[in-house]
Amino acid sequence: MCGIAGILNLGGAPTSPGVVEAMLRTLTHRGPDDAGVYTSGSCTLGHRRLSIIDVQGGHQPMSNEDGSLWISFNGEIFNYIELRRWLEDKGHHFATQSDTEVILHLYEEKGEGCVEELNGQWAFAIWDQAHQKLFLSRDRLGVRPVFFAFTGRTFLFASEIKALCVHPDLSRDLDLRTIDQILTFWAPRPPHTILRQVSELPPGHSLSVRGDGGHRLYQYWFPDYQVPTEPVDEDRCAEELLELLVDATRIRLRSDVPVGAYLSGGLDSSIITAIVKSIAKERLRSFSVTFGDPEFDESGFQQEVVRFLQTDHVGVHCTASDISRVFPDVVWHAERPIVRTAPAPLYMLSKLVRDNGYKVVLTGEGADEMFGGYDIFKEAKIRAFWAAQPESSRRPQLLKRLYPYLPNVKSQPDAFLRGFFRVGTDSSSCFFSHLPRWELTARLKLLYSDNVRDELRGYDPLDELRASLPRSFAGWDGFSRSQYLETSILLPGYILSSQGDRVAMAHSVEGRFPFLDHRVVQFASRIPPRLKMKVLNEKYILKRAAGHLIPPVVKRRPKQPYRAPDVASFVGPRGTLPEYVETLLSPERVKQDGVFNPAAVTQLLAKARAGKVSGIRDNMAFVSVLSTQLVIEKFVRNSVS
Amino acid sequence: MTESQIRNDVRSFVIQNFMFGQGDRLQDSESFLESGLIDSTGVLELVGFLETTYAIKVADEDLVPANLDSVESVCRYVERKLQGASRRAG
Repeated sequence: MCGIAGILNLGGAPTSPGVVEAMLRTLTHRGPDDAGVYTSGSCTLGHRRLSIIDVQGGHQPMSNEDGSLWISFNGEIFNYIELRRWLEDKGHHFATQSDTEVILHLYEEKGEGCVEELNGQWAFAIWDQAHQKLFLSRDRLGVRPVFFAFTGRTFLFASEIKALCVHPDLSRDLDLRTIDQILTFWAPRPPHTILRQVSELPPGHSLSVRGDGGHRLYQYWFPDYQVPTEPVDEDRCAEELLELLVDATRIRLRSDVPVGAYLSGGLDSSIITAIVKSIAKERLRSFSVTFGDPEFDESGFQQEVVRFLQTDHVGVHCTASDISRVFPDVVWHAERPIVRTAPAPLYMLSKLVRDNGYKVVLTGEGADEMFGGYDIFKEAKIRAFWAAQPESSRRPQLLKRLYPYLPNVKSQPDAFLRGFFRVGTDSSSCFFSHLPRWELTARLKLLYSDNVRDELRGYDPLDELRASLPRSFAGWDGFSRSQYLETSILLPGYILSSQGDRVAMAHSVEGRFPFLDHRVVQFASRIPPRLKMKVLNEKYILKRAAGHLIPPVVKRRPKQPYRAPDVASFVGPRGTLPEYVETLLSPERVKQDGVFNPAAVTQLLAKARAGKVSGIRDNMAFVSVLSTQLVIEKFVRNSVS
Repeated sequence: MTESQIRNDVRSFVIQNFMFGQGDRLQDSESFLESGLIDSTGVLELVGFLETTYAIKVADEDLVPANLDSVESVCRYVERKLQGASRRAG
């Protein structure tokens, strides 16, 4: 896992390595082990390396035998051994043992279509000298990031936005539409980023840029749902799923350094850890985060799994003051406003991993999206069920049971529950499953300043999303649609970035996700929804396939979403706040920065100081405003170096 | 307690607590539910406010949108409760 950066001068003017070297300095955390720069005429590629496979021989940028192709690659290709054999049979000669070199030879063989053969997580750039073309590609689900910008006669790219900010010609104007998307979906939708001039290469996309500036951005993969109409044999389906998961995990253990595992105490990470235990010969090291507040803590379940699977376990205890202490660094790495503090404990967790001498971990990320684990899937099913009998007094009780950790929902009168959960909404509408969440989040826009409200007049993130939906979306069942929305928006834009790559790579730790092996994803997309959620039993088929590998108490436990304390993390005794919070949320500063209304923020702050913030919305409002102000401070106001 | 006092109190409570103080555009007839103004915590907070401010008791059967879904409906409800209380006292 690494950091990549580069420049292509459009029109052929020669580049010098200096700017790329400066860009790389901002990415040292992604690759502390090695660095390299390659310059050839109009193109310079740079690389920061976290050495994992072929530690001695994998220096980058790397070229093919005749030097006509050069690559800078961040990621892992897990099927590189099989691809290498195939390429050697075709006559290709390899100089290293790395997966990087496999991409180069595969590109020689298949051109841009090479990405379709890859099983892995990647963001890479290949400079194709003969065709004077720079080819960028990003993995199917968006595990690894890459950003780019056209500034006049120069094309720039890098693993993180902060590296692009080093370029003197990059303008650093905030993109208000991105803020508006985050205050709807919790995540930006690529190509939008916090800066107007910077684009994010969307997951499952490639971009080729010619030396004369012509370019082509295209999608090579998207999550497609093809639910069979004929009956599915449940036993066979569970068997095949387990076989696939074991293989997905097996190839994710390919590494020349030791591999550990994250253990949350939930179903998904326990299954992955159990599979690793069954494959690996060495004793497995596992890592977790714990909280003092029992509302968030899962250490009891973590210990159950540790005892059951006999791992060498170590945890990091996260306190409220830890969250406020690391929050500015978390936003610096996330490079976007965040609506909850949940990435902060994961930032601490990756430090724990690194401090223990590990740089690779397997996690259970992706199972909730692929097998219907999130409450939002269950909520949509109950809402549709209630809407079919709106006068029923029993059906609303299901919603109350769904959120046992939200006492305010449990004590709601039914008539209001019906309104909150939009029970009257047509369940065939595109966004039926997600509208309550998005509408709740969108109320945060009341905090906007008048200027921002004016600038965003006429812009609706939902219209933009609707226009981008795949043609097949309209033909999918409601469950598949909600899976698509979760997999294409929140997964890459929040789970795999703010809670994934960015906070792990902040401490040079690579996450690997067997549930996001594209074979598992494609297999899951053909499983009927009734086997994913049997009545209201989430991830039914996954439990059926792998439940026997984990402690029964973990298999039976109700789904507990991963959360962390929000406003409570920042407010000390007698309503004191950290100095940086006081500064960034002061009326003068909020007015200068211009996104939010100073009076509204002052009022929110007063409520926080008084300990009167209790609802989801006020908590999200506080964290969103604070993280937006941090983004402005770090990426718009200050110089990045 | 005049009708306009109640209206001002309720408006002010809703704007301060559910709209981050940004309530210039709030219509008295605007549905809290349809506009998403009040989240799952909100109704309980609103009921707590009415019970404390006007010394009334909001019965479970009164917890319906007809009574509590807009500034207007809340005002009407509070007035009815206060009138009922004064009749009983008289």
